[in-house]
Amino acid sequence: MIDIKELIILSLDQLKGSLVRTALTMLGIVIGIASVITIISLGEGSTKSIVDQISTFGTNVITISPGQARRGPGDGGGTFDTLTKADSRAILTLSNIEAVSAIVSGQSTLVNGSQSVSSSVTGVEGTYALIQSLKFSQGDFFADSQIDNLARIVILNNDLVTELLGESASVVGEKIRLNGKTFKIVGVIEGGSSVLVPFSTAQKILFGHDYLNSISVRVIDNSLMEQTSTDIENLLLSRHQISNADNADFNLRNPLEMINTVSSMTGTLTTVLSGIAAISLLVGGIGIMNIMLVTVTERTRDIGLLKAIGAKAKDILAQFLIESLVLTLAGGLIGVILGATLTYFASSAMSIPFIISFKSVFLAVAVSASVGILFGWYPAKKASILNPIDALRYE
Amino acid sequence: MKKQKASFPLIRFQQITKTYVTGPVKCQALKGIDFDIRKGEFIAIIGHSGSGKSTIMNILGALDSPTSGQYFLNGKNISHYNEDELADIRNQKIGFVFQSFNLLPRTTVIKNIERPMLYAHFSPEKRTKRALEVLRAVGLEDKAHNLSNYISGGQIQRVAIARALSMNPSIILADEPTGNLDTKTAHEIMTFFTKLNKQGSTIIVITHEDDIASFATRVIKITDGLVESQNYKLQTATFIK
Repeated sequence: MIDIKELIILSLDQLKGSLVRTALTMLGIVIGIASVITIISLGEGSTKSIVDQISTFGTNVITISPGQARRGPGDGGGTFDTLTKADSRAILTLSNIEAVSAIVSGQSTLVNGSQSVSSSVTGVEGTYALIQSLKFSQGDFFADSQIDNLARIVILNNDLVTELLGESASVVGEKIRLNGKTFKIVGVIEGGSSVLVPFSTAQKILFGHDYLNSISVRVIDNSLMEQTSTDIENLLLSRHQISNADNADFNLRNPLEMINTVSSMTGTLTTVLSGIAAISLLVGGIGIMNIMLVTVTERTRDIGLLKAIGAKAKDILAQFLIESLVLTLAGGLIGVILGATLTYFASSAMSIPFIISFKSVFLAVAVSASVGILFGWYPAKKASILNPIDALRYE
Repeated sequence: MKKQKASFPLIRFQQITKTYVTGPVKCQALKGIDFDIRKGEFIAIIGHSGSGKSTIMNILGALDSPTSGQYFLNGKNISHYNEDELADIRNQKIGFVFQSFNLLPRTTVIKNIERPMLYAHFSPEKRTKRALEVLRAVGLEDKAHNLSNYISGGQIQRVAIARALSMNPSIILADEPTGNLDTKTAHEIMTFFTKLNKQGSTIIVITHEDDIASFATRVIKITDGLVESQNYKLQTATFIK
């Protein structure tokens, strides 16, 4: 067989000879590869975005909510009164636990002058800043002494400050009204819950109940999350005198578990969508086979001539196979570039990270090469077994 | 003929038959052909259409194998060679010039000439050098980079001859090489064959035109799948040589 480099040059000459046809033939592969790349990349981007969001709350923080139902991500335990402060104290005695904060939360109306905003308000203990790794852009967290003595102080997040107080440079010390009562701002945090108040203040002044809306637990290490979750579950089951775990009146949220769930969900979705996009690759492949068959028919006399001057069946087979491979690989390459461009614009529009995984590019190249060989084989085989005499006489 | 036993002929056809089977129909195109062609001869094989001369050309050109009989080329029996071996014979030993469709379309003259050398695994440098040599021999050096669709019919035949010469073959086999040309150009091409023959090339022309055959030094006439004459005397010769 003749040299592969020579074959590639021959194919390029041949494909250049009919540029429009070459472009149209490649189009199917270009679109197929571009859609697969875009879908896989956007899938990975959105997974990363969700995982990042979950991780900002700490991957080693377990949240316990009252209520039997296991709801997905989101705060759903507001109407159950099965968790108590005693539960949270008991959890703290378990091993591998760094900090525990009991949490009381509810909706409140915040007023500053004529501005009024309804927001969820979270009453927290002194350990909360550590558990959630709060970052302060102004002021500081509540002092321990303020947690239990009904201090009317509040921490807001950046977004709410902008909404309620405008772009004022310093808001620490300013006063706002919460459910009609005056509170002093002591700090501003970046992200996280929008309004924090001391635990006792939330329980006694704002919401007036003893039960907890949730408990946040920080575990000393990610690797101990599963073990600690089980320990907490067992402890609470025995404290609440429930023998069957299926009847538990609380539920645990483990962020690592959530990340796995989200990843597997988006993974499944990506696979399904990629599968649909792959159908266009199949159609593109059939298009290539179709055109290659037409080409073989058109070039029957060329093939006859080539055989007369000494081309062997394998030379002809190789030439046509390389032609279809060059066609699909070039299509694949253009598809990767197009897909990356689409992903870039789509991900900035969806404000998710721009990720082009090596895996998807490798997949695209492998798939387009296989399409070329798979769908180029039959036409090439057909060309190679042509009888030179018949081929030369073909009209 | 018998006295030349010592040196084996370049080509020997020995009781060559060819039978085509198309469904239930059997057609015996060649019924036992015998002839020798010696190195340096200029042979015309003539016959009416259906006489079997095209079948002879296919077997001579290693495009097809005989049903029975032996074909010796350079003393080697190639009657039962497989397809790849026949491809090698066509590549190295035979230079083809066809009636039409001699060149690859949308391909330059020089790339057309280089093609057999590509299949013979010549290096690109060697190919180009040799291609220019043979182009010079046919007087078309200046057309090397023209596309094959942009040269005249006579030039196409000359490029085909150049390609046929490129591998330095044992025989040049021309199948109705002037069938598509006007009389003047046809004359030129045949004169060129005569010149090549004088320089030592063995040339076999298949034709049904006596005028063309008259350029040959010997004419083999085929009728109904048999050799009618090994040295046929043409009735009229309109070309004045």
